[in-house]
Amino acid sequence: MPTFVYMTSCDGCGHCVDICPSDIMHIDPVYRRAYNIEPDMCWECYACVKACPQNAIDVRGYADFAPLGHSVRVRREEEKGTISWRVKFRDGTEKNFLSPITTKPWGKCIPKLKDEIGPSDAMKESQHLYSEPKYIRMDEGDVATLESNKLTIKLGVYY
Amino acid sequence: MFTTNHFAELSASIPISIIQAYVLAMIALVAGGTIYDVIHKQSAKYFFNAVKKSEANASRNIAAPEKLSLAIHTVASDILTSSEFCNPNRRIAHLLGMYGFVVYLISTIVMVFAYPDPEMTTPSLWPALWALGALMVCFGGYWFWFFIRVDVSAEGQSPFRVRRADLFILSLLASTTLGLIWAYSQSVGSGFWSIVLLSLYLIATTVLFGGVPWSKFSHMFFKSAAAFQKKTANANGSMNNLPRPADRTDPDDRDRHSMELLKDAPLNMGLGIKRERPNHY
Repeated sequence: MPTFVYMTSCDGCGHCVDICPSDIMHIDPVYRRAYNIEPDMCWECYACVKACPQNAIDVRGYADFAPLGHSVRVRREEEKGTISWRVKFRDGTEKNFLSPITTKPWGKCIPKLKDEIGPSDAMKESQHLYSEPKYIRMDEGDVATLESNKLTIKLGVYY
Repeated sequence: MFTTNHFAELSASIPISIIQAYVLAMIALVAGGTIYDVIHKQSAKYFFNAVKKSEANASRNIAAPEKLSLAIHTVASDILTSSEFCNPNRRIAHLLGMYGFVVYLISTIVMVFAYPDPEMTTPSLWPALWALGALMVCFGGYWFWFFIRVDVSAEGQSPFRVRRADLFILSLLASTTLGLIWAYSQSVGSGFWSIVLLSLYLIATTVLFGGVPWSKFSHMFFKSAAAFQKKTANANGSMNNLPRPADRTDPDDRDRHSMELLKDAPLNMGLGIKRERPNHY
């Protein structure tokens, strides 16, 4: 379900406006606080919910993981490199999750794409995507397959 | 300009009782406007409901002394130092505007009510504070208006696009700017322009104080209530249903299977999206 903003918590900093991939988080012309201008167009990507430094944006989670009447809230702590979720069901049951959002300090391991050598003409003519052979380990022999890794696939539907 | 009580000088042409009545009328407008705003927007009802909801979800009770301590902390942190703002520039601009306005307001009241007579000597401190307060408001306000305002900084709009949300900041800036120019024109003895500027100054000031129900003037009241409510919710464990802050030194968090990849990572990972200002419009 689309996002909504608690006006009393919002400080109108613009982080959600900046991050919304759908460009539907805007600033209210009367109160200068953020609001979702077009809930129908919300992808429910949670980008604004996670980015809000005031935790002022809320969203109702999908019915497939919690029935109506629940609350799902998130706290993103980038200095700690963590994101926490708290799902509170309508009967009071709680589920708390904690996960990393980065495993290296922010900004320290950015790929130096500028320093990469560009593709040769032969590579441009090839069916492979740029740098694909390297990343699918063709350089180390051949494409990694189930067979080359001595794995088998069981046919049929199974659980 | 910085040492003369302009209101006492003004009393030569306008009876001081009228000037004093105007100031009292402005105070009444703010009080009345705020009460109307609270009733109309049902903000008091909202906060009472939020308190009830928070108490229903509380994991611990807060005793009266702790509530008092939270209230003191709210005043010291959220109100006096505007700690809510995550953008430091915005916080500085807000503090300049807030303290400038308070100084400007107090010095105006003192000069109008304590030293209304041109025969009385007004201590030079008060006119200086009045001008300093107005200058602080102008500095913080214009900085906010042209550079920090979210419409400009995050939405990429022209700084000259005016919306209803600008009523408060624009009337405040108009009041202090015109007040300063009027004081200057009076100090250099420009009779005609003094009258014109005084009229504009009074219009801007009336809009500022009379526009409370339509502007965000009353944010000074409801933002304080919101800050207190947030602190109370954190203290009683309900935390507005938010997860508790992570603690990577706590074995409960550190040893979770989901946190395995962060086991050897530094405790402070630095800033992610906060490294950049939100202005990628």
